[in-house]
Amino acid sequence: MAGPLGTISELRAQLDGRKVSSRELTDAALARAEALEPALRAFVGLRPERARAEAAEADARVARGERRSALEGIPVAIKDNMVQAGEPTTCASRILAGFVSPYDATVLTKLRRAGAVIIGRTNLDEFAMGSSTENSAYGPSRNPWDLARTPGGSSGGSAAAVAAGVVPLALGSDTGGSIRQPAACTGIAGMKPTYGRVSRYGLVAFASSLDQIGTFTRSAADSATALEVLCGHDPHDSTSLPEPVPQYSQRLSGEISGLVIGLPREYLVEEGVDPAVLQCVREAVAELERCGAKTREVSLPHTKYAIATYYLIATAEASSNLARYDGVRYGHRAANAKDLGDMYRRTRSEGFGAEVKRRILLGTYVLSAGYYDAYYRKAQQVRTLLRHDFDQAFAGCDVIATPTAPEVAFRLGEKASDPLRMYLSDVYTVSANLAGIPGLSIPCGFAHGLPVGLQLLGKPLDEVTLLRTADSYQRRTDWHTRRPPEPA
Amino acid sequence: MRLRHVAARGYRVGGALASLSIMSRITREEVERVATLARLSLSGDEASRMTSQLDAILDYVELLRAVDTTGVEPTSHAVPVRTPLREDRAVPGLPPELAVANAPEREDSAFVVPPVLEGEEH
Repeated sequence: MAGPLGTISELRAQLDGRKVSSRELTDAALARAEALEPALRAFVGLRPERARAEAAEADARVARGERRSALEGIPVAIKDNMVQAGEPTTCASRILAGFVSPYDATVLTKLRRAGAVIIGRTNLDEFAMGSSTENSAYGPSRNPWDLARTPGGSSGGSAAAVAAGVVPLALGSDTGGSIRQPAACTGIAGMKPTYGRVSRYGLVAFASSLDQIGTFTRSAADSATALEVLCGHDPHDSTSLPEPVPQYSQRLSGEISGLVIGLPREYLVEEGVDPAVLQCVREAVAELERCGAKTREVSLPHTKYAIATYYLIATAEASSNLARYDGVRYGHRAANAKDLGDMYRRTRSEGFGAEVKRRILLGTYVLSAGYYDAYYRKAQQVRTLLRHDFDQAFAGCDVIATPTAPEVAFRLGEKASDPLRMYLSDVYTVSANLAGIPGLSIPCGFAHGLPVGLQLLGKPLDEVTLLRTADSYQRRTDWHTRRPPEPA
Repeated sequence: MRLRHVAARGYRVGGALASLSIMSRITREEVERVATLARLSLSGDEASRMTSQLDAILDYVELLRAVDTTGVEPTSHAVPVRTPLREDRAVPGLPPELAVANAPEREDSAFVVPPVLEGEEH
């Protein structure tokens, strides 16, 4: 089996130096994906022929000196909730069985224009609802660091693929932590940009006011390279932001002296978090201080309400978004229905898994007459207070540092029968989605032999500071270069 | 903090606490009513399981009641909402044959569905 692929910057140097071709890299990525699939179940589908054709085109462009971007010829995987013209999109749900997209998501258009090679679609919790990738109709993905454990979720397939060195870049989506938590669980970098920074056109909607596309990479520098390609306004998504996209990779100076890191007292307490995880995060903050950063305590007083707020808003939006799966226009349709209403009910009951049904029911309930004000409106008001918390905290600091998740990757099955315990895995990540701010998880050590993530939260549209801080840390540490053992 | 809060409230996933609980947040009848609204049909087991799980989740979210939200504007969108305008220019959309290409049943460029009323001719 081919060994793990390097980072984007390493592969870029090899491609530009003609030491390797995109075709060779693509073959290696496809071979490695196939060889690891029985162990990891990271992919829902590969597209070898089209990937090889794209790689050949990239090689031809590089040979002509017409390189399109730093991603030219680089193998990439995408979470299977972003549509590609002529390819299936499943969202790891039976209800989308047979669906083939007639169009490309904007991120796919951008990757193609950049010359990237799409090797396949990665596994996820059904419709991105979950924190372990166990809610996939295709079976759970596994963590390359310990195959008995989850890679996190919902973008667990993308995280596992990058951590195992199948690809140097995979796209994910983050509605409540679905990029940052799996990145932490697998020891890689996971970036959720500011809400609206990346177009959601062609991302299958879960909770539209929270969903955001982002990246899995090994290094923060690679995240910067990928974001330059992915970010920007899109006329197809009226919530995408019009602000110009910085050249993130040119802004990684390695210099963070004078940077003020806020340490929220509500996040850095012993209760509810594994002390070994907290210890790694404290050591990472100390390392940032040695780089010249200053720290100060900040307060996010409404933190304890974030999970409740999130699950009311996210499920309400989901119940509305998932109303479209009715067996009429695409996907699964139940057989032998006696009338239209019966067809809807049977189709949806057969097509959706348990977690999706649970969230549709909760969302429908909190939006229903008599409960709207008590649950949904109340949650939207608390969301305002959570946003104000961040506004006030960022008045006195440049970034906020927290653990990404309260514990290391848990065992498959450990929380599968207990939805509320599963929801609490997102305790440190959901606030960033509710406030719309960017968040980045990078590896900062090991606890119990498993990777621990440091989460950096930033001001709206200040991805640059997050990336510069993470890159400075990675210039001085080697956690991001550690690789999981090769599966036997 | 959060985890302790859950424990202190006697977060119920079945067992003694659940059977002792007098006040449910949601009844099985309400779950079935909501399922009807959401066009889902639940088996007997599914309805029981969903009722106890939704009850536990609704019990947890009760903690929001402690937050004073008097006069607080609700947030529906984290970023200030603008109405972006574009030039009013016709561009080609999805061709009808492609729009219906994924339909489980179709006729020309139309979606075919079962009879809307029971007994109606297809």
